[in-house]
Amino acid sequence: MPLNIKDLVKYVEENDWAFTQGHRLCPGCNAPLAAKWATVVAKALGYEPVVGAATGCLEVSTTIYPYSAWNVPYVHNAFENVAATISGAESAYRSLKNRGKIKTDKPVKFIAFGGDGGTYDIGLQSLSGAIERGHDFVYILYDNEGYMNTGNQRSGSTPPGAETTTEPVGKAKPGKIQFKKSIFDIIAGHEGVYAATAATSEPFDFMAKMQKALEFEGPAFISILAPCVRFWRIPESTGPEVTKLAVESKYWPLVEYDRGIYKITKKPRTFKPVKEYIQKLGKYKKLMSLYNTDELMAEIQEYVDAKWDRLVALEEISQNKPLRK
Amino acid sequence: MPVRLETTGAAAVAHAMRQINPDVVAAYPITPQTPVVEYFATFVANGEVDTVMVPVESEHSAMSAVVGSAAAGARTMTATAANGLALMVEIVYIAASYRLPIVMPIVNRALSGPINIHCDHSDAMLVRDSGWVQLFCENHQEAYDMTIIATKLAENEKVLLPVMVNLDGFITSHGADSFEMLEDEKVREFVGTWEPKYPLLDIAKPVTHGSIDMFDYYFEHHRQQEEGMENAYNIIPEVFAEFEKLTGRKYDYLDLYKTEDADYVMVVVNSTASTAKYVVDEYREKGIKVGLVKPWVFTPFPKESFKNALNGKKAVVVLDRAMSFGKEAPLYTLVKSSLYDISEKPAMGSFVYGLGGRDVTPHMLREAFDAAINGELELDKQKYLGLRD
Ligand SMILES: Cc1ncc(C[n+]2csc(CCOP(=O)(O)OP(=O)(O)O)c2C)c(N)n1
Repeated sequence: MPLNIKDLVKYVEENDWAFTQGHRLCPGCNAPLAAKWATVVAKALGYEPVVGAATGCLEVSTTIYPYSAWNVPYVHNAFENVAATISGAESAYRSLKNRGKIKTDKPVKFIAFGGDGGTYDIGLQSLSGAIERGHDFVYILYDNEGYMNTGNQRSGSTPPGAETTTEPVGKAKPGKIQFKKSIFDIIAGHEGVYAATAATSEPFDFMAKMQKALEFEGPAFISILAPCVRFWRIPESTGPEVTKLAVESKYWPLVEYDRGIYKITKKPRTFKPVKEYIQKLGKYKKLMSLYNTDELMAEIQEYVDAKWDRLVALEEISQNKPLRK
Repeated sequence: MPVRLETTGAAAVAHAMRQINPDVVAAYPITPQTPVVEYFATFVANGEVDTVMVPVESEHSAMSAVVGSAAAGARTMTATAANGLALMVEIVYIAASYRLPIVMPIVNRALSGPINIHCDHSDAMLVRDSGWVQLFCENHQEAYDMTIIATKLAENEKVLLPVMVNLDGFITSHGADSFEMLEDEKVREFVGTWEPKYPLLDIAKPVTHGSIDMFDYYFEHHRQQEEGMENAYNIIPEVFAEFEKLTGRKYDYLDLYKTEDADYVMVVVNSTASTAKYVVDEYREKGIKVGLVKPWVFTPFPKESFKNALNGKKAVVVLDRAMSFGKEAPLYTLVKSSLYDISEKPAMGSFVYGLGGRDVTPHMLREAFDAAINGELELDKQKYLGLRD
């Protein structure tokens, strides 16, 4: 049964949030939306979430000793190892359950949160290993396209031309040149996995995917585009507005992958040009002031079009053809 | 009845792990630790233990998973060596600061580079400040015993620190020797069960593990960690005594071999001590009073025991199987500093030996003893045994 809005409202009215207010994330930050939605869905569905977090904004801002914004069990270990850490906790759960040492009858679910640095870059090996081993956990990547906790350094997720402090836009070099990695495809490449993309503009799409991820027996992954308003240089209130445009411009398609089968979960009837999305982002201001970006815009447009066409084709050819059981 | 097994040191350690039957083992293979993992994996595959084994993709993930598992409240073990330990180091420190009673046999091997797979103690010395208790073992029996002892010590409520059990790569891990193995039930009874106070998996009492700890608390927490280490120092003799009651085998901070009336004493850890005992006996036959100190406990460093053992000796030679480039060798520096305020200070000599698995012969050990006996020791001048010119 998919979770409906009535049940969710009822749950929230009658219970504490698993992820509470009072944390120190910046006003307008989109990361806590992911944390809040993911844990409330788990709770409302009757699971007991156990949370892990990688070093990053979400972690440092929610657990400043002696305070904690987490009303559920939580563990942070280091930057690059949240997947391995949660895989250890999940293994402990299996072992202790088998030995009759777990007190709760409710199903316990393990949820790991990581930023794009902790996922695309330094934590990729740990995540890949945990997925390959088939641990039963949900990994949520809040993708803000840079190392924001440490002041906006480049990551493997930073799009070309966006201003960062480690590849700043200058007169001789237009900032980062490389395109983003496709983390969704990397995760899908593990095959025996549920993977999805989501955006903060689409809470119900996210929640439906979270439910699937929780119900999936094995590793599940959701990457949610979650702007850092500060370093994207956008007004505090506009995070979801911006991610809406990202979806509508094919910059961030909403898709799902389930053991070989692709599905696009939102197909806009008409698409906005990707330039419209990019122009909203202050992190491109410097590039646009120093360079003629027509060529780059055209290249990105061509890229997102090709990506979209590829997804449509994948959806079609993978229909009813799971790779794994 | 205990049985005598004729086998490798790796198998001895794996048997101790089998008898402990931890909830979770996460490990990654590296020579010469690999057979420990292989033996244990076979016990799992054959259903001799019901441990959940996590065959991780690296040592960094091994230590990370072990931290997640122990924080969850499970009795958890891993094992590694050299480069594997070096890859883990970041999380090795975290494990200690989270007060997780993890047990980790280290099958000592030289750190790269250049790459080398053979025995020395550079790996153990790399993590001597990480907050783990460090035990050292001469042979199969000690490696087996200390793995069991480590579990009980680590989980003591006043200690709650992870423990490393060091045994020499190849020499102990792959050499065949006999050791006495206790009955499974006796081991299980001895180690008991661990009842963690704040496990992650106590859903009714949600706890945050691994907060960010700023200038207002980090310092106090580290002071508490040091208190755990002080408690470990005080509780080690209790655990040893209990183990002696069970087995008749007596352990202490230091293994003292003919030191009582000795004039010249050698200090060395692990398997080289066996050769050194043989050499001590040779000198004794000639009427020369030499002795040997072999620390079983390296961290917490048993300063008092060193003072008592070495006060009034004519000379002490400390053998290190690791270097601390540009500084005194690690064991030497600690032994020397522990003797700072004794009344009758011995002459001191520092000898580095056996790096990268260089064979250690009785002849080399005689060289060190002879230097002591002939009054040729030069304070703080680091000498080398078995080094080609
Ligand atoms: C091994 C290691 N290297 C570097 C750091 C420094 N560091 C902490 S958080 C961070 C960036 C995190 O970026 P991301 O994962 O994208 O999360 P965000 O800060 O954007 O939430 C870095 C570089 C660290 N803590 N550990």
